[in-house]
Amino acid sequence: MFFSQLGFYSLIIGLVFSIILFPVAYRDLFTDSNSISSNIFSISFLKLFFVLLSFICLIISFINSDFSNEIVYNNSHTTKPLLYKISGTWGNHEGSFLLCLLILVFFIFIFLITSRKEPKKYRIITLLFQEIIIIGFFLFLLITSNPFNHLFPIPKEGLGLNPILQDPILVIHPPILYLGYIGSSIILSSSIAAIIQNQVNSEWAKNLKIWVIISWIFLTIGIVLGSIWAYYELGWGGFWFWDPVENISLMPWLCLTALVHSVIVLEKRSLFATWTLILSISSFTLSMCGTFLVRSGILNSVHTFANDPSRGIFILFFLFFLILISLIIFFFFYKEKKIKQKNFLFSKETSILINNWFMMYFLSVVLIGTVYPIFLEVITNEKISVGAPFYSKLLIPFLIPFLFLMSIGPKMKWIRQNVKLFNVKLILLFFLSIFLSCLILFKTELDTLFVSVLVIFSVYLFFVTIRDFFINNQINFSQKISHFGFSLLILSIIMNGIFSREVITNIGVGEKYEFNNGTIYFENINTSEKKNYTSIVGIFRIKENNNNEIYLEPELRIFNQPLIVTSEADIKTNFIADKFLVMNFVKGNDYYNIKYQTKPFMIWIWLSAVLMCVGALINFFKRR
Amino acid sequence: MYGKKVKLRILFISLLLISVILSMFLILRSLEENVVYFFSPTEIKSLTEIENKKIRIGGMVKDNSIVIKSENINFIITDFKNEINVSYVGSVPNLFAEGKGVVAEGFLKDSSFLIAEKILAKHDENYMPPEVKEALEGK
Repeated sequence: MFFSQLGFYSLIIGLVFSIILFPVAYRDLFTDSNSISSNIFSISFLKLFFVLLSFICLIISFINSDFSNEIVYNNSHTTKPLLYKISGTWGNHEGSFLLCLLILVFFIFIFLITSRKEPKKYRIITLLFQEIIIIGFFLFLLITSNPFNHLFPIPKEGLGLNPILQDPILVIHPPILYLGYIGSSIILSSSIAAIIQNQVNSEWAKNLKIWVIISWIFLTIGIVLGSIWAYYELGWGGFWFWDPVENISLMPWLCLTALVHSVIVLEKRSLFATWTLILSISSFTLSMCGTFLVRSGILNSVHTFANDPSRGIFILFFLFFLILISLIIFFFFYKEKKIKQKNFLFSKETSILINNWFMMYFLSVVLIGTVYPIFLEVITNEKISVGAPFYSKLLIPFLIPFLFLMSIGPKMKWIRQNVKLFNVKLILLFFLSIFLSCLILFKTELDTLFVSVLVIFSVYLFFVTIRDFFINNQINFSQKISHFGFSLLILSIIMNGIFSREVITNIGVGEKYEFNNGTIYFENINTSEKKNYTSIVGIFRIKENNNNEIYLEPELRIFNQPLIVTSEADIKTNFIADKFLVMNFVKGNDYYNIKYQTKPFMIWIWLSAVLMCVGALINFFKRR
Repeated sequence: MYGKKVKLRILFISLLLISVILSMFLILRSLEENVVYFFSPTEIKSLTEIENKKIRIGGMVKDNSIVIKSENINFIITDFKNEINVSYVGSVPNLFAEGKGVVAEGFLKDSSFLIAEKILAKHDENYMPPEVKEALEGK
């Protein structure tokens, strides 16, 4: 009771501080001093403090199972383990937006502290624009989705959290993803400030790059965590399903990836200024669009907590408003500087530009594939879905030139590269990769030319990025690691796609099932009562033809509040392949539906994504 | 004549335009080929001809209709007006159960029989396909 009230009032105090900040910051814009007045710091700090207090109050309400709070009642239960009581705080619509707000307020505070060396006006305008976003979030929370609504009479027991969200990875997946999404708001605000102050230059790019890298790292990790979760929890045994909800996180990621590259050109060569601004505005827009589509209930998914149209409309208007302001400022304030620079076709600039084109192409494919069904439904009431075949057909052919250009592009020099670049060693490496790819592909039945070429180029990129570690060239260390991570990612994904095998059957206890490569024995079943669910563990022995024998024990969890069954796949991981077994049970039947998969290089997909982030992190710390 | 720089710029812009147009064309073409339409059982009944195209059918799994044999799973999708029999080989999702919402993807054999390749159930236990909701509310 007490904490709910405290939380609610501190949220309102936070809003008040946020509003007070406007006139204070505006007045400070026209003073002579070169540094920001300390009032702005104190108000920002107080605002951060009260939002944090409000968030902590909500966490305490969840820990105490205070069911007088509506969202605690809707999303928690006394028998839930403590960890999931806490994670329940952001496992729902209201709480997750409060977390977003907290991150917004936190980031702008960090921005104020770390940007001391920059021009005062630029900092204040960034702050003011960020404050518009923050107030939008405050109003959204207080008007449409108050996390501290009261319930009376107070219920004795809560409704519980959707069990598939009760998972260690999902405890950290939302906060990390939000850090990525919200990080892009700073990118937007500081771009707007740079446009108004007419300082879109290499100095600004250097500072922007830090925020781009931060958001990129968090977004990447957030996506990977979500992907790992979907891999073992949803029981389909893949890492990417081209589900609209996944695509929505991929779009800002592609945009940020393009931005990471173009901002370097702006920093080193003062080129691509306009383009960098467009990307900055788009990456935040895409993040917000994602939030709108996911939260409004237009896309049905585990992320949709409540289909309340008023929330969707609020986000839509807010989004429209932000984009409008950004575009107006962009078109009316932005003066493109004419810089006399020589451009040559063979240069690092060109190769980065080509990289950006590819990113934009990938982005538009994903965007159209995701948005088109929504529009079609609104316009014609026809319901369609766009699945993996669409994306593979459009993305894979373009991956081949992309991979090739990525292997040679980074070797280019700034300004001008002599065409002598194609040296003997690289060509030798190319033949080596053809040879190796043939070895790989001989083992499979797949012999389409297309896949072979794709494998050749991904192996080539892999070799080239490894070779880069051993020679001194244009490329710095962090880039070497990130690019190597990317090549490993692509290679693992392709190998995973080619060599994955699966067996699906229905099987009863004590039976066996023979498939091409071995036999599955369903040995036994164990039932036990856990804290808030009943667990059914199936014990399977799988004997493969090469005499390898493994035991896999997939589990079914029957939760009673809410009544829902989840299946926990059992996965045996090693560096070569994952063995994946998941079982499902339909009430009233003797047969269990099982799916046994061999997934090669699964662990490398996750590791390579982490490697990409490590590269970015090194870049981040090297600058300090 | 134009300078080298202008030529380069024209080349760049025309290249950009061509690639944008080409990629848009490609995207829209394959969109046409690769979309899967969604129907309710009632809409299936009213189809005049059965195309050999992949479709999705959404509705509720009829009570007591799931029969699991070792080789396949049979069940009935209903929108409480019409029913479609489904035969399916493959793995079922967690929330696949009688009386719950389901979406089956596959090929129609005739207007009351679907050979499914994929079964999707929603993550939320309270989920109901919108058509079914409408049908229920209309009752």
